[in-house]
Amino acid sequence: MSQAGRQPVTFTVNGEQREAWVFPHDSLLDVLRDDLGHHEVRYGCGEGVCGTCTVLLDGEPVSGCLLLAVQADGCSLVTVRGLAAGGDLHPLQACFLRNGAAQCGFCTPGMLLTAWALLQRDPRPSRERIRRELIGNLCRCTGYSKILDAVEEHAAKAAERTGGHA
Amino acid sequence: MVTAPFGYERVSSFQDAVRALHERGEDAKVIAGGQSLVPMLNLRLARPAWLVDINPVGAGPIEDHGGYLRLPALTRHRAIEEADLVRRRCPILAEAAARVGNVRTRTRGTIGGSLAHADPAGELPCVAVALGAEVTVQGRDGARDVAVDDLLVSYLTTTLEPDEVVAEVRVPTLGSRSGWSFLELSRRSSDWMVVGVAALVELDADGTVAAGSVAFGGVAERPWLAPAEVLADMLGAAPEEALLARMADRAAAMLHPDDDVHASGAYRRRLAAVLGRRALAEAAARARGHGRPAP
Repeated sequence: MSQAGRQPVTFTVNGEQREAWVFPHDSLLDVLRDDLGHHEVRYGCGEGVCGTCTVLLDGEPVSGCLLLAVQADGCSLVTVRGLAAGGDLHPLQACFLRNGAAQCGFCTPGMLLTAWALLQRDPRPSRERIRRELIGNLCRCTGYSKILDAVEEHAAKAAERTGGHA
Repeated sequence: MVTAPFGYERVSSFQDAVRALHERGEDAKVIAGGQSLVPMLNLRLARPAWLVDINPVGAGPIEDHGGYLRLPALTRHRAIEEADLVRRRCPILAEAAARVGNVRTRTRGTIGGSLAHADPAGELPCVAVALGAEVTVQGRDGARDVAVDDLLVSYLTTTLEPDEVVAEVRVPTLGSRSGWSFLELSRRSSDWMVVGVAALVELDADGTVAAGSVAFGGVAERPWLAPAEVLADMLGAAPEEALLARMADRAAAMLHPDDDVHASGAYRRRLAAVLGRRALAEAAARARGHGRPAP
């Protein structure tokens, strides 16, 4: 320990190696936002309920507000910025746009990451499965239907592109 | 919301966890998945001086030991929900794990943490009690085995000593003539249960009931296991709907749930009867080889 009780942590964020000096009680969310400038990871409830602070930890969705930054040491993190490689929208993001699946946009990063992680596990999920997976991402604008439409459309198009079947 | 400062020690074995807990005293807490503890820290409902992080211990595989499955304490809910072994051998556990919180809760949350946290509205404590699951607890003088029924005392209270930690969980497997059901009602998906029920029915070769078990969650300070005498009438009898309904009604009549902001005590008792009837009927149907398949 040095820097008055802080300790160094290193992890990759969207493939880039990052280091921060953190207190044990700093949440990953606070460190990503306040120390590393990742404002796309958002504070909503602080209790792991709303999903706006979703990040992928070694590929799996977690609540940034419930993970201590020290616990992410050595891990690989992905925020929504990691989906849009080279500045082009990820096809899933394009489907959100086309379907009007975002209004105020506050929940959208968490929605996209949770949906993306689901599609890694299950490339052709049923609408019910998508709904169940997104239960923990709250949206106060869209009424959810368009979000489900967008994820379904993306899954269908991806299957077409790869010649896959349901 | 800002968490109050605390010290932090990472350990890579349960023995080291016990040592750290002993050294740090009663103000030290174990952190596993952190999905219950960290919200309490963020809300300052808990203010431990030290956190002992056991995540580096790792989970290791879920093992089939014939009569039971052995789950390392750090097995994540997501792993339980998706493990083919659990879905085949103890499907009620997979179903309950799939009902815990949201996907992020299940990615991080652990079975050992869930049992040690002892939330009376938790899915896994309820199912563990119905199954007669056991834990191995690591302490300063070695390990001891404790039935989950003897571990859980009250709201967030267990018989664990301050310097003990749950190291593994053993869950009985279900045989081919066993049926199960886990049902819960929540105000919103992913919320805590208002009432939940775990039911198990085992049939004899002649189709009569050989054994049964029912546990309710959300109705008392800890999961409530129906006493054997309450279910005695169904032993040796054909599992007919009216009989099973009488068993559920009798169990629910013994409950005295508190009122809270989510539901009145009277509503909870009524719900326990309704869900209890459905759960026993579903468990009996599955024991006969009918009913909806495992998740």
